[in-house]
Amino acid sequence: MHSLAIEDELTIFTAAEQKKHLLAFLQTDNELEINLANVSEIDTAGLQILILLKREAASNHKKISFVMHSKAVLEILELANLTTLFGDQVVLAND
Amino acid sequence: MSFDAEMREALVTFTIESMELLQTMEEGLLNVEADEDPSEQINAIFRAAHTIKGSAGLFGLNHIVAFTHVVESVLDSLRDGKISVSADLIAALLPCCDHIALLIDDVVNGQVTEDLAHTAAGQLLLRELEVFLTGETHKTLVTSNDDHQEKVEAMGGGGTVDSGNWHLSLRFGPDTLREGMDPLSFIRYLSTLGDIVHLTTICTAIPAEEQMDAETCYLGFEIELKSQASKADIENVFEFVRDSSTIRILPMESGIDDFIALIRDLPEDDRYLGELLVNIGAITQQELEEALNQQKSGQEQNQEIDINQSAPRIGEILVDLQAVQQPIINAALEKQKQNKDKKNAENQSIRVDAERLDKLIDLVGELVISGAGVNLRSLISSDDTLKEQTSDLMRLIEEVRDSALQLRMVPIGTTFSRFQRVVRDVSKELGKEIELVISGGETEVDKSIVEKISDPLMHLVRNSMDHGIEPAELRIERGKPARGILRLNAYHASGNIVIEVSDDGGGLNKQRILEKAIERGLIEVNAQLSDQDIYALIFEPGFSTAQQLSNISGRGVGMDVVKRNVTALRGSIEVDSQLGIGATMRIYLPLTLAIIDGFLIGVGQSTFVIPLDRISECLALPSDTNNHEYIDLRGEVLPLIRLRSLFEISGDIPARENVVVVEFAGNKTGFIVDELLGEFQTVIKPLSKLFTHIKGVAGSTILGTGKVALILDVTTLIELATRRNQAIPKTVNPA
Repeated sequence: MHSLAIEDELTIFTAAEQKKHLLAFLQTDNELEINLANVSEIDTAGLQILILLKREAASNHKKISFVMHSKAVLEILELANLTTLFGDQVVLAND
Repeated sequence: MSFDAEMREALVTFTIESMELLQTMEEGLLNVEADEDPSEQINAIFRAAHTIKGSAGLFGLNHIVAFTHVVESVLDSLRDGKISVSADLIAALLPCCDHIALLIDDVVNGQVTEDLAHTAAGQLLLRELEVFLTGETHKTLVTSNDDHQEKVEAMGGGGTVDSGNWHLSLRFGPDTLREGMDPLSFIRYLSTLGDIVHLTTICTAIPAEEQMDAETCYLGFEIELKSQASKADIENVFEFVRDSSTIRILPMESGIDDFIALIRDLPEDDRYLGELLVNIGAITQQELEEALNQQKSGQEQNQEIDINQSAPRIGEILVDLQAVQQPIINAALEKQKQNKDKKNAENQSIRVDAERLDKLIDLVGELVISGAGVNLRSLISSDDTLKEQTSDLMRLIEEVRDSALQLRMVPIGTTFSRFQRVVRDVSKELGKEIELVISGGETEVDKSIVEKISDPLMHLVRNSMDHGIEPAELRIERGKPARGILRLNAYHASGNIVIEVSDDGGGLNKQRILEKAIERGLIEVNAQLSDQDIYALIFEPGFSTAQQLSNISGRGVGMDVVKRNVTALRGSIEVDSQLGIGATMRIYLPLTLAIIDGFLIGVGQSTFVIPLDRISECLALPSDTNNHEYIDLRGEVLPLIRLRSLFEISGDIPARENVVVVEFAGNKTGFIVDELLGEFQTVIKPLSKLFTHIKGVAGSTILGTGKVALILDVTTLIELATRRNQAIPKTVNPA
């Protein structure tokens, strides 16, 4: 299982870069894990990417899980009422 | 909690409105049982409670919100048909109305935080309500703790209560992100306007990975919002993205009722449908403009095809645009139609400070006085144009006076309907079955009189219920229906308003009244009294014939207070009674306290005013009276009062004297006067406290000449005359 930690913010400013990066990561294995502990900031653009990843993974029968959600990520998932959709066990990162 | 002036003012409005709403609730609750289709009533009651809760929330009066919330929940289940109207339910809800009134009263008295004693009392009431709430909510309530806030939130889980009132459908424009705006931050901001009850993120628009542009916004949201904010306020949240995005704000189903109610409540003027909808906040100005543009462009297209086929109606377009739902449009259309139907039947009202109104009435009073002065001068003058113009002016003044007085007139029905509750409560307390029948509620009377009459009426009503109407067993024994009837009636009669309180009870026992009066030394043992006089004894201080005291009446306190209050209003009270059949208390009150139509009379150098509505005729004093104190008026005895001797006026008696015949409550009396000076519109100036003990004078007024004239109190003078002429036979045989 491949694991990737996103080390940057997930916002409109980094979205294009992150999209490329993350989609490439999606190709690396059938079972993937993305660590969100260091996502200090996330906005709608970032959220879209997470949704896209999830969807692409599902359509390619890959298993992707998001772990160690940072506070910013949790807040935005809650706001968009997507916590259940993401279906992961939400584990808080230790700050 | 500190309140600045503005807040305090708003708070005053809140308390006034809440009290009115509580009145509506109470009336609704009392009528709902009798109503065949109570849904309208229930809705009205629910809306009242809902509004009070909402407004209380705006002022941070959390204890009121917490209490009202539970009441509202019960009403909501009632509205949804989960529970049905029952006597028990009404009996549980009525004290809750009282409790809310109590809490609001505290606010009036400056206490904006909760009073622990009241809260405890409130808890007891809420416990009574619990039985009517079922399921989850019920359990939560049983374990009710002292923290209201928690309770309210816990109750939210119950369901219906916490559904939102707005549905927002948001589809953000593709460039939103590039333009530096974050859709989620709008939603974050939205949550400051109210509670987001439910939110669904719509992400189906995100294309496959290759086509997906990370900087394009694909997301949409469906949001259920619970907020007191207006539609325009909510729309303003999205002001910056409105042009590029699709923002639809719809009132939820529960809100539709409110909107329809709003539309029906709109002041009756002719408007365009669109404006109507904007006005109540169902749509916003932007949405209207959008729709209007569509209508216009539609029209242009249509013109080429068929001129008669009209462009799509604005209502249809708005529904198409999802700006409003059809039911709201229908209600608005209905309203529009109504407006056209009865443009003239304006039913608008403005809340005016009573003090300002009093000031206006005062000024009109002064205007009337100086108008009379001008009129007097013009009559002496030989200038015909002046005379003509003055008479025009007088006519206008009269109209102004009448409409100014009209401003203060309110129907007495509101006062009457308050007694529904009293009768209900007292009859329960007494264990008697009593029905209240109200008639003449539309009779209008001066507001200040209405306010002051409600206490005396309360005494009379309680007295009738306690002493008048017999217990059911006794009634059946006497061959009457077990259910007693208490009637409140009002009507206008010769410049008076007459208020009747009647019951079909046992009537007054003359013998017992006489015995009691003799025992108390109020009358001589062998005094000859008319029925009226005997009944009048019950208004003497400390007089009660009740054999046993109850906590409602019978202590002999009350009836004399009633009489005193009524007299203070320049009114009088009389009693009609038939033993075993029932009794009627009749209160006569003047229509207004401020201005009267008077009739001027002269005695010696003095001038007096007699209220015109009391005068039935004037005649010359026959020369053959031989100083009797009565004359024969068409076969009837007419007792006379010589004003000259009554007021000890000096001067010679003129050769020809006149008699002014006044009538009150069926009694006629003649006043012997020197001169008849004609009609005079006049403002009553109360006499100073020094002179209040003077009998027979109701007030004073200033004449056009600047002289002061006393206004005669016909009621007391008639009493005086009838008492003096007790011995005179009722009819005299024509000689």
